[in-house]
Order: sequence, then structure tokens, then C-alpha cells
Amino acid sequence: MADLIQLAIFVAIGYFVGTRIEKKHYRSIKEREKNLSCCPVVTGDDFLEDKPIRTTRLVSGSAVISSDYFKMIVGGLLNFIGGEMSVFESLLDRARREAVLRMKLEAPGADIILNLRLETSTIAGKNSCEALAYGTAVYYQK
Amino acid sequence: MILVMTNIESVPGKKIVEHFGLVCGSTVRAKNAFKDFGAGLKNLVGGELKAYTELMNESRKQALERLKCQAENLGANAIVNVRFSTSNIANGAAEIYVYGTAVRVE
Repeated sequence: MADLIQLAIFVAIGYFVGTRIEKKHYRSIKEREKNLSCCPVVTGDDFLEDKPIRTTRLVSGSAVISSDYFKMIVGGLLNFIGGEMSVFESLLDRARREAVLRMKLEAPGADIILNLRLETSTIAGKNSCEALAYGTAVYYQK
Repeated sequence: MILVMTNIESVPGKKIVEHFGLVCGSTVRAKNAFKDFGAGLKNLVGGELKAYTELMNESRKQALERLKCQAENLGANAIVNVRFSTSNIANGAAEIYVYGTAVRVE
């Protein structure tokens, strides 16, 4: 019984605090994406304009985002039933977008970021997601 | 001499004059047990695990440092087609492998 109460408390804390953290994170991601939208990021390497180039640099950014206890439990149940696991989709989305934003921050004033690549792995066990974004920042001669 | 790194096939605006072949760097790093414990607690409410983000950044920097060192020893002044690769060997540890082609540009 005590175990059940403990589980219920953990799930409740995970749900309320986790949802708030996620909403706050999404708000901040959207705001920063708007601020940084001036620098285009492409996944190819043939988007260069015919201008003299000042410098080229490898830039990268990473983020580790973890799921809350509520999502962990719901994820476990959904895994049993099968189908779409929507609780973990937002986790990956947040990690990747955060990584891309941090990569952009590493290249202030860049004209374009070429050949964006995204890489993911797990550090902290099953319920967290770690994303790494990297690309080539190009600065044209002014 | 500044080593230029790109993850595309060339260095834009410059011509490649010599190839030196594959160069690579890898590292496996972990945080101390207290930080692992803290991250475990953070798992309850979710959100960013700052200790592990830091760990990722440190590992990335170290791997790149090793890559650069190898390229410089070969006499290269640029590395093209740089790729990162990650894997999980142990819980709480980050393994990063970075590889590319060392070249000399004009």
C-alpha cells in the first residue's frame, strides 16, 4: 500500500511539474527560434551564393532532455498496448530543437549554416534523450 | 595557423591541393557519482539534465581536440567532411567519435 501511495505521489509530481517545465521550455524555444530566424540552416551543401567568403567554421550544439515520472509510467503502459508513443515525441522534438538553437548561438552573425546533421544517443539510461546538432557556418565578406 | 573544419566536401572559396586521408578522435567521459545522482532525481520531474549537457560539450571538445592534433601532425591545414558519431557504452557516460578527411588548402 505504501508503495502504491509513493508511486501515486511520484506520478502526480511528475505530471504537474513536468508539464509546467515542458510548456516553459517550448515557450522559450519558440521565442529563441523567432529571434534567430535570420540565419538560415540547410541540410545540403549547394546553397552558397556567389560571393567572396571570409571564414568557414564547424559549429555544434547539444542538449540532454529527460522525461518525467508520469511520462515514464504512461510510456510503459503504451508500450504494452503498442502504437504511437506520443509522450516521448515531444521529448525528442525538444532535444533536437534545443540543440539546433545552441548550434546557431555558437555562430553569431553567420550568413548561412550548411549541411546540418543531427545525432542522438542516450547517456542517462532509458528515459532521456540527448541530441547533437552540427553544421558548417559560412561568413561572407562584407 | 588556424585549422579550418567543415562538414561539407570542400572549404568554400578555397581549393584543396593535397589529401592526407582519414583522421579521427574519440573519447568516453563520465560525471562523478553525485552528479549522476542529481540527474537521477531530475528524472522525476523531467527537463534538461544540465550536468549531462555539460558532459556532452566536454566530450565533444576533447574529441575535436584529438582530431585536430592528428591532422596537425600530418601537416594538414583543414579537415573536411567532419562527422560526429555517438554511442552508449555505459550508463551515465558519453562516447563521442569524430572523424573527417585531413586536407591542405591554398
